[in-house]
Amino acid sequence: MNRPGSGARPGAAERARSLWGQHGGHRPSDDQDDGARNDGGQAGQRQGGQRQGGQYRGGRRQRGEPLVVPRARFDSYYGRPVIKPPVWQSPDVPGYLFLGGLAGASSVLAGFAQLTGNHELARVAKPAAAGAIGLSAVALVRDLGRPERFLNMMRVFKVTSPMSVGSWLLASYGPCAGAAAACAVTGRLPRAGALATIGAAALGPGIATYTAALLSDTAVPAWHDAHREMPYLFAGSAASAAGGLSMLAVRPEHAGQAVRFAVLGAAVELTAKSLLLRRLGPIAEPYQSGRPGKLMETAEVLTAAGLAGAVLAGGRSRAATVISGAALVAASALTRFGVFEAGFASAKDPKYTVGPQRERLRRRASS
Amino acid sequence: MSVDPATRAGYAEHPPRMGFFTDTSVCIGCKACEVACKEWNMVPEDGIALSGMSYDNTVGLGASTWRHVAFIEQIERPGDPVVTDSEEKPVQFDGSRWLMASNVCKHCTHSACLDVCPTGALMRTEFGTVVVQSDVCNGCGYCIPACPFGVIDRREGDGRAWKCTLCYDRLGVGLEPACAKACPTQSIQFGPVDELRERAQQRVGQLQEAGVAGAQLYLEDPEDGIGGGGAFFLLLDQPEVYGLPPDPVVTTRDLPRMWRHVGIAAAALVAGGLASCLGGHRRSGS
Repeated sequence: MNRPGSGARPGAAERARSLWGQHGGHRPSDDQDDGARNDGGQAGQRQGGQRQGGQYRGGRRQRGEPLVVPRARFDSYYGRPVIKPPVWQSPDVPGYLFLGGLAGASSVLAGFAQLTGNHELARVAKPAAAGAIGLSAVALVRDLGRPERFLNMMRVFKVTSPMSVGSWLLASYGPCAGAAAACAVTGRLPRAGALATIGAAALGPGIATYTAALLSDTAVPAWHDAHREMPYLFAGSAASAAGGLSMLAVRPEHAGQAVRFAVLGAAVELTAKSLLLRRLGPIAEPYQSGRPGKLMETAEVLTAAGLAGAVLAGGRSRAATVISGAALVAASALTRFGVFEAGFASAKDPKYTVGPQRERLRRRASS
Repeated sequence: MSVDPATRAGYAEHPPRMGFFTDTSVCIGCKACEVACKEWNMVPEDGIALSGMSYDNTVGLGASTWRHVAFIEQIERPGDPVVTDSEEKPVQFDGSRWLMASNVCKHCTHSACLDVCPTGALMRTEFGTVVVQSDVCNGCGYCIPACPFGVIDRREGDGRAWKCTLCYDRLGVGLEPACAKACPTQSIQFGPVDELRERAQQRVGQLQEAGVAGAQLYLEDPEDGIGGGGAFFLLLDQPEVYGLPPDPVVTTRDLPRMWRHVGIAAAALVAGGLASCLGGHRRSGS
């Protein structure tokens, strides 16, 4: 048999120890990768220093020579991903996750501010919601492969598709948020404005949280497996951003409600994030390493700082309120980008797909 | 047995569910299936390069690759069957074997791509297969990360999602799909899924009896996480060796729970807003 670039023959001991045999071969390009791809995350178990040696040599090696292919905890097809990573672009889609949350929660805040007579806060939160959702719509249409067909989203309504549910939510929420903002800014049609405000406040929570189902309802391990905590993480992050943004523009004496909303949101965001990471176990790794790890970590620091600032000085000192608000808004954005990128990282490495499924099969077999 | 997918999709009368049984034990890696598929379906070229992955320069399924032949060079392992020739003498394999397998869309009984498609571009045919309507697809890309097998993808420069149609056009006029037609070893078998399942059971039994320990059926079980594939396989090693997920589950199985959590979180957001605003808005005042 012709064996182009075949792996070398391992010694008997190595063969016996190897769980399911070796990879058939390795793409040369994998060698430049981060090392975690081919070996089931056990980078430390690579047979150090031997990888460049004879791995791609066509020639026959002597029996008993050291193992030159990495010992795998699971096999993969040349380290290639099992699932396809999403084609969604950054910053459009993670930007939308952030802006949608900001808009939805701002509408909630605007609604309650109006009900309690805090018109100053409502006048800030309503345009914030409208602006954020307007930008969102642009980002979403831009991300389509066929933007001119965006109206096809309205062909059907499918509860099995969070994107379909989201499209209908956006189509009903967007006009409400826009009308509420227009009436608030121009001062015209106050009764219609109040109605639109209530409509936006009713639909806003859906806009802010459905995106968690949007991400989770995929085969992407870091997203799918986080489906229990992600809605709370997104709700908290949205409230934190909405409260934070209003803290930037509302005079301290009127900012109390925004501060409390932001504080509650930030607390939920921090709690949900830590629960998520704890429960995910090995699948939490993409959230904690590499670029997404840095994003999530920075977000956490900013959330904590913003939370502390808002609790201690929010609504008292103008400067402290503004700085805390800005930190919370930035943290919310970073969280969304972090979650988004963690999903990509988990999709690109087959160990996150194969590992848990193998584990599941093993548990099922033993029970 | 699970419900017939075409019946579930609302077809009152429909032909039997059609599918593939790909018996990789007789695949010779000729790639006739890849070529026939591209030719018949007029799928554009998608890169000509040497991958360094044995004889596989196709690399994987995608928007413009609907059949993909995997090549796996393996080193002989302890416990592998001793294969004998006609005179009962053990055949020497030089300690290695070369696995080949033609991969394709699984046309799942429970299809995540179809479930999550927001435009209805992905649909179930009367044959129980799953097809993208290219005149409807707006390229939202949701089906791509939803597929547990990484089958469907968006085509560069076209913007829409594409995948195997199980030659819907050929089936409509009573022909078999191009890949099955071209396969010279009957590694790709086309027919009614019920019939293929029986044939697959027979074949795997044959191989196991002959001592081929790794022989196993993949996705033929209607009770698995995708309700069984309309296209299923006989493999000679674990699925992940071929780049297939060992225990795929349709992501929408957990969707009711996801919606429940989303609902609670949305309600919590309202409660948070209420709690924040109840205390009034003036620090000194109320």
